Amino acid sequence: MSTPENLRYTKEHEWLSDVVDGVATVGITEFAANALGDVVYAQLPAVGDTVTEGETCGELESTKSVSDLYSPVSGEIVEANQDVVDDPALVNTAPFEGGWLFKVRISEEPKDVLSAEEYTKLTAGN
Amino acid sequence: MSTAPRLTALDALHRSLGATMTDFAGWDMPLRYASERDEHNAVRTRAGLFDLSHMGEITLTGPEAVKALDYALVGNISTVGVGRARYTHICQEDGGIVDDLIVYRLGETEYMVVANASNAQVVLDALTERAAGFDTEVRDDRDAYALLAVQGPESPGILASLTDADLDGLKYYAGLPGTVAGVPALIARTGYTGEDGFELFVAPEHAVALWQALTKAGEGVGLVPAGLSCRDTLRLEAGMPLYGHELTTALTPFDAGLGRVVKFEKEGDFVGRAALEAAAEKAATKAPRKLVGLIAEGRRVPRAGFPVTFGGEVVGEVTSGAPSPTLGKPIAMAYVDAEHAAPGASGVGVDIRGTHEPYEVVALPFYKRQK
Repeated sequence: MSTPENLRYTKEHEWLSDVVDGVATVGITEFAANALGDVVYAQLPAVGDTVTEGETCGELESTKSVSDLYSPVSGEIVEANQDVVDDPALVNTAPFEGGWLFKVRISEEPKDVLSAEEYTKLTAGN
Repeated sequence: MSTAPRLTALDALHRSLGATMTDFAGWDMPLRYASERDEHNAVRTRAGLFDLSHMGEITLTGPEAVKALDYALVGNISTVGVGRARYTHICQEDGGIVDDLIVYRLGETEYMVVANASNAQVVLDALTERAAGFDTEVRDDRDAYALLAVQGPESPGILASLTDADLDGLKYYAGLPGTVAGVPALIARTGYTGEDGFELFVAPEHAVALWQALTKAGEGVGLVPAGLSCRDTLRLEAGMPLYGHELTTALTPFDAGLGRVVKFEKEGDFVGRAALEAAAEKAATKAPRKLVGLIAEGRRVPRAGFPVTFGGEVVGEVTSGAPSPTLGKPIAMAYVDAEHAAPGASGVGVDIRGTHEPYEVVALPFYKRQK
């Protein structure tokens, strides 16, 4: 199970990349993707939507269940990953790479994020 | 109730294969090993290996075993020959379905009833009570068997390489004692996936050896271990009911479109006879809700309990739903009012978390294998 060191994480199992030119990328962790099973449908926020840290902004549906997607940060959506909408399995095969979900122009620093080490601790024993 | 989950004889093996485990009816069972979609497709095109040891085996022996079963169940068990099996239901006095069962006739006066894991205790209690007036012994054999299933088009070849048993002579819904990979087994052919396949009832101490032998025998033809998640999508595509979803105590077999399993012509009384006769008459005069298939036009998956709607009105309820790997679309089974249950009925949809999603009404099953 990989947990890249360069990302920040949330208790809801999203990851948040470094901010480049005010924009950060968001996805779900490998741990979350494994727990979901095969993802078959992704409803992502639309470009221009405003998202709020800790609030739902979409959903991921798998064979067995549907899970709400929470935004790890507040801001405005500048891109949603169309590849994932077309081929949701990317979330399973490459959760930290091609399976990213959306990019957000952040309006304020996230308050409730974890380091890779903290997130690993949170998911250990599961 | 004990809270510690029950483990099958294959538990350590599942974990060594990296299975995601899940609680199912008090048992720790493999949900999937890797991708449930891959497991599903393997069973459709090659072969899958399942641990089904959570199923509940109950044995009836003695001169009046068959009479007891004819009284306890809705089927005509006296017409089942040695080495054959029968799908049937056990009902309450009011006709409600307690469980759906497979009954195997193992010998002249020996029958094995296989109940769903979630109902095993209830079925055991009911059979014990209903058999009390007959010269028969009801035995709880839940711990006497591990149950492995190999399912899929390659399964006859895989099994044939491990046994001298006459598999060609073993028809659908038959069972015979034999030896597989040196292990004494009851070999049955009563799949629940829509594919050809076999169930192997063996002593728990032989389960690991048999699993490994099957794995090795299937290596060259793409056999994979398969979990309960793909089992659910396989049976859903095959239009097969699952207790707790399509079948409940609130429904009679006639409500479930399975009135054919009730055999009024058999001799003597059976539990539920009067109520079921009334239910049969009612079903003939006024069609109840009908169990139909639904295929999504969009990509959102209907789940059990979601309302089926027409023109803003609720006209039914989803009982099972999942993305179908074979059709590439979400599918569901649902009970729908008769006037909206005809294949091709227009304007029918499912309310998915507040939005009306259009669905096509189709006859079951969604998938039928090419024989």
